[in-house]
Amino acid sequence: MNPGIQVAPTVDAANPWAMHAVRILAIRREVPQAFTYELAFEDHAVGERFRFRPGQFDMLYLPGIGESAISISSDPDDPQRLLHTIRAVGNVTRALARKRVGDQLLLRGPFGSAWPVESCEGQDLVIAAGGLGLAPVRPVIHHVINRRDRYGKVWLLYGARSPRDLLYTYEYDDWRRADIDVQVTVDLGYDGWDGHIGVVPTLFDRLHLNPARTRIITCGPEIMMRFVIAACLTQKIGPQHIYLSMERNMNCALGFCGHCQLGPAFVCKDGPVFTYEQMEPYLDVEDF
Amino acid sequence: MSVSTIPVGSTVSLQKLRLQGLIDALTNAGYQVIGPQIADGAVVYDELDSLEQLPLGVIDEQDGGRYRLERSNDAGYFDHVVGPHSLKRYLFPPQETLQQLHLKDGHWNVEPTPIHDKPVAVIGARSCDLHAVAIQDRVFLEGPYVDPGYRVRRERLFVVSVQCRRAAATCFCHSMKTGPRASRGFDLSLTELDDSFVIEVGSDQGGQILASVEGWKASSAAIVDQAKEQSVQLERTMKQRADADPAAGTSRPRQLDTHDVHDLLLNNLDHPRWEQVAERCLACANCTMVCPTCFCSSVTEVADLTGEHVRRERTWASCFTAEHSLLNSGVVRNSTKSRYRQWLTHKLATWIDQYDTSGCVGCGRCITWCPVGIDLTEEVAAIRETAS
Amino acid sequence: MSKTSNQKSTEPANKPTVAVFKFASCDGCQLSLLDAEDELLAIAHHVEIAYFLEARTRTLDGPYDIGLVEGSITTEHDAERIRDIRKQCRYLVTIGACATAGGIQSLRNWADVDEFIQQVYATPQYISTLATSTAIADHVPVDFELRGCPINKDQLVELITALVIGRVPRVPNYSVCVECKRRGTVCVAVAKGISCLGPVTQAGCGAICPAFNRDCFGCYGPQEFVNVTSLTRRYESQGESREHLVRLVRNFNGYAPAFRAASDALEEQSHE
Repeated sequence: MNPGIQVAPTVDAANPWAMHAVRILAIRREVPQAFTYELAFEDHAVGERFRFRPGQFDMLYLPGIGESAISISSDPDDPQRLLHTIRAVGNVTRALARKRVGDQLLLRGPFGSAWPVESCEGQDLVIAAGGLGLAPVRPVIHHVINRRDRYGKVWLLYGARSPRDLLYTYEYDDWRRADIDVQVTVDLGYDGWDGHIGVVPTLFDRLHLNPARTRIITCGPEIMMRFVIAACLTQKIGPQHIYLSMERNMNCALGFCGHCQLGPAFVCKDGPVFTYEQMEPYLDVEDF
Repeated sequence: MSVSTIPVGSTVSLQKLRLQGLIDALTNAGYQVIGPQIADGAVVYDELDSLEQLPLGVIDEQDGGRYRLERSNDAGYFDHVVGPHSLKRYLFPPQETLQQLHLKDGHWNVEPTPIHDKPVAVIGARSCDLHAVAIQDRVFLEGPYVDPGYRVRRERLFVVSVQCRRAAATCFCHSMKTGPRASRGFDLSLTELDDSFVIEVGSDQGGQILASVEGWKASSAAIVDQAKEQSVQLERTMKQRADADPAAGTSRPRQLDTHDVHDLLLNNLDHPRWEQVAERCLACANCTMVCPTCFCSSVTEVADLTGEHVRRERTWASCFTAEHSLLNSGVVRNSTKSRYRQWLTHKLATWIDQYDTSGCVGCGRCITWCPVGIDLTEEVAAIRETAS
Repeated sequence: MSKTSNQKSTEPANKPTVAVFKFASCDGCQLSLLDAEDELLAIAHHVEIAYFLEARTRTLDGPYDIGLVEGSITTEHDAERIRDIRKQCRYLVTIGACATAGGIQSLRNWADVDEFIQQVYATPQYISTLATSTAIADHVPVDFELRGCPINKDQLVELITALVIGRVPRVPNYSVCVECKRRGTVCVAVAKGISCLGPVTQAGCGAICPAFNRDCFGCYGPQEFVNVTSLTRRYESQGESREHLVRLVRNFNGYAPAFRAASDALEEQSHE
């Protein structure tokens, strides 16, 4: 689907199973059950070579437990400060949650397609994220802030189940200062919450978008993305200008194991970032 | 004749019993020689030392969910077609260790897994299987990443293909344009005639091995033509029989109308036929296991109780299992209908998007080895008949 | 087991405790645990075998971290005891066909138990039993189940390892056919016309029976997406009798819901 797949400098195309040792430098508890791990390569030469594009993921590996595909959630212009935000829900991520600063993990990566930050230059940008879906788009926010003058208006529409499930709240003010219109909503407000209540797509109604120059980046539960897409289509934004990040069972990240197929795509190597145009035939097919 | 090699593209003749010399030459060259032989009521691939192990005078009658060996009138060594095994298990083994890890002083040492097995030489591969290997090459070698284990096995593989003399009722290589004649992808290619083999050299290694076999002689033009004519005749017969009156029964070669099959299937993802086939489908995964191109796999962590010694085992996996589409939020394809649809649409449609080729080589194994005889050619035809 | 000081120093503190309980069963699954000779010492190093009457006389009182339960519930006393055991165990794991599906003794669920008692026992008045043999999960919540008659010791070691390491045990729920094909066994159903339950049975045994040229008789119970009707219809069309098929499905795991429904349906059809 994406013929021009670039192999990252830290991945050996001839032996892509090879792993790099990393240590946990810091752990930050973000929201209930989700933690951000700062990782550093043990081999400095590898660390120096490590580069990623916003939207890409790493395979984090705990021997005896397994590998898990985790989006990189840090600043792509500062690849040596490598962050992954992880929710402890699966076998591997629950075991990761028991790890401490100084523990060793193994890593392969980065893998996958990227958000189209270059082709969005000169355009208005709406980033619509739900729940943990903010983690894979945070590199986009960093990228934009680092070269803010190259973009038009930029909105971040972000929603979570409740105020305490909102990720990275400590950074919203920085982002706003960098001229990003950060709008936050929750499904369930409670005492002390004076912000918006409702799902992310409802935030679209308040925006006046210029469909000809607007690009959409959305990441979150599939159901949320479907409603975001519907809201965008209502505003006459073309399917080729809506980008989404799909989730499937990514086991190998190499297109070998076959588990992450979604129609013609291997989500691990052709994705996880796709245009709505690519995914449109399959999104509404039951159990596809 | 004593030469060190026979040039690629040349054709020689060998008396039938002299084929033992080829087995010996490959063994002496360090290969583990694999060839067809009868075991447990089927022609399977296993280690081959002697010509006498070959299934002389045996044919395999195949139909949906049914396989039986019978005596043949022709008494050839290769009158059977394809059995349950394919070359897949020698290049992409059903189970292999990818890596071994040992924890020492808080540091994981990752040991690469050297390939200890001997290089393999397979005698008896058919045209459909050579196409299947070429398809798996695209998966494991020709994408952005290379699977190192597959690469080593593939580079060392020596293939002696055999031109089919007959087709089973489940064969439809003529539809998939993958046979019956093998035209490339072999080191040596055998055509079995009544009293000799005609051998075409397909590679330098093939030429060198063949040159060391005693008793070969240059083929006459007439013999070469006779060998070629055998394949042409078979293809003609397959097409004629496949086009014959359906009232003649199911025991005729299948055919699959590949015209626009990509769009046909992808435009009919909600076709009622998927539900109907799911009523028969056992979701047992046999079709994916016997398919020579199906490449799905899972990696399992095998750890000892200390957790300090870990082996990563890769095994064949299948889109018919829950594990295949498992997410933290649940199983994506949580019905037999969606799993069969995934398999068939991948095999015949999205494979083309991914690898610029169909994933089906028309070998018919999935039809024969389905315990309830589900036939993909029938499923496609049914969808085509009532497509939206 | 006597401990050397060296062992003591590497022995994990607060080892999880394991208890093994037996109900109506043949003890074969407990023997699988004893049969894991190579692994047993390592297991004993990482877990405290607190209660395992078949292996050691010393017992420790509960509560226990892991309770392994063999056997089915066949008496009122059993039913009470399993409720008590459930309370004592953090993880309750059923092992084997008896505990997970009622076992071969659940054949009595299709028969008249009083008649059995009258015929078998000299003094039937001493026999106190339920009319049915049922799975542990019919009585208390079960955290994990290991199938098989008997269980596979590798799966048992995997279970204990996983619980010690802290991950979900990896026990496949796909069909026996996957294991047959991986090991290269020729399908006995397709090549020999043998009515084999492999396609509807959960893997785990390593597909032993077909490798010895005989049918799988379903001792690991129904696989995840089981379609017994399609398979038995096929075997019937090949000339297999309904009576045979009922007996085939109504076996060690005959009372597992999917198998039970299938054999009942077959029987109903034969009576039509």
